[in-house]
Order: sequence, then C-alpha cells, then structure tokens
Amino acid sequence: MANTQSMATSFLGELMLGQHQLGTSTIVSRGSLTSPTTDTVKAALYLASATVNASTTAYSATGEVSGTGYTAGGVTVTNATAPTSTNSSSTAGVGYWTPSASITYTTVTLSTAFDCVLIYNSTQSNKAISVHTFGSQTITAGTFTLTMPSNTTTTALLRLATT
Amino acid sequence: MIVTTTKGDMDDSQLEKREGTVDNDNEYTTWVEYWLDGALVHRSAHVTLKKMPVFGGGETASF
Repeated sequence: MANTQSMATSFLGELMLGQHQLGTSTIVSRGSLTSPTTDTVKAALYLASATVNASTTAYSATGEVSGTGYTAGGVTVTNATAPTSTNSSSTAGVGYWTPSASITYTTVTLSTAFDCVLIYNSTQSNKAISVHTFGSQTITAGTFTLTMPSNTTTTALLRLATT
Repeated sequence: MIVTTTKGDMDDSQLEKREGTVDNDNEYTTWVEYWLDGALVHRSAHVTLKKMPVFGGGETASF
C-alpha cells in the first residue's frame, strides 16, 4: 500500500452540505446541529443585458426579468437529493448536486430577452451558487422550463472536482 | 387542445402554430409559438443545458 496526497473527495460533497466550518462564518441557523434543516435554493432569471457571472456574490433584482406571472427572486428549486461525492481515482473525485426536478416558470410573460439563471441560497442571505446561460428567450403567456441534467459525476448541474 | 394565450384560453384549432429547436454544444431547446391574426399570443420554451460549469482543480500542497 502507498499513501497518496490528495484532497478527500468526500470533502467536496460535504462542503455543499455545510459540514465543515474552517473559519468564523455567519450563517442562518439551521435549527439543530443533529437534525438540521435544508436551505432553500431558488432560481432567478436575468435579462440578456444584465451582468451576472462568477463575480456575482448574491441574488440582486438588478437586471432580473420582470413580467406577468413572474415573482422577483424567481422560483424555489426542488431539492430532494442531497449533494454527494464519488472518487474517480486515488487522487481525484467529484462532489456533485443537481436539483431533483425541472425549474419551471408557469404562465409568465417575459417580453424582454433573457439568457441566464442564477441559482442561489435564499436561506443564507441569498448567496450566489452558480450561473447558467442559454440562448436568449422571451415567453408570452407561456411556460419556461429548465430541464435538469442527470445527477452524475460528469453531468450534474453543480460539480466540484479535483483532478 | 386548449392553449393559454394573451387573449385568454383558446382552442389551438383557431391558432397558427410555429415550433422550433436549438441544438448546439451548450443547450437543447424547443419552443412553441401560437399566432392569431399576425400577433404572437403564446410562446413557451424548454431548455436543457448540456454544458455545466465544473468548479475544479482543487489541490493539496506538498510539505
């Protein structure tokens, strides 16, 4: 046997579960350390003219779409499957998570082109999680659906990887 | 089939239907539009993202 330097893959999944706190952090209480609640994740749409990217730290209404049937802040993401992690080798692995259902905006009218969804943690001061872009869309008295990928190490919506 | 439109619920037989897809490296998108007398009265879109960002490259330091 030999030891191999690497980051523990389980750490990646545990980061998404908030199981490590390596510094003083201000978080909204999850009620109990032994029976914690799950944070609420939301998804907000942004205009093609907005600037939402890796520098975005939290949800903001600036640049967000508006229109009939759309509530500022977007919709709650269905999150029935906790983050997990899988090793791909002795030195690498992936922590990953995917919402457990499509993100759907039902019967909305969004007349100005939008091309981006911000996934954020509404429980923890609306902290940003990830940004996903697509071709510009408008919706007229209709439904906009973002179908989630399969929750695997190579396709999950959110993947933290070591190589 | 009843379609929700800007004019209220309508039977699709009264409307002109247009459909399309976008299929590229980043997404697979389908959209459907219904038109009435030259005006767009319904548009829905369904996007499946193909290319997810990977937040990778975590390393540990050697002593």
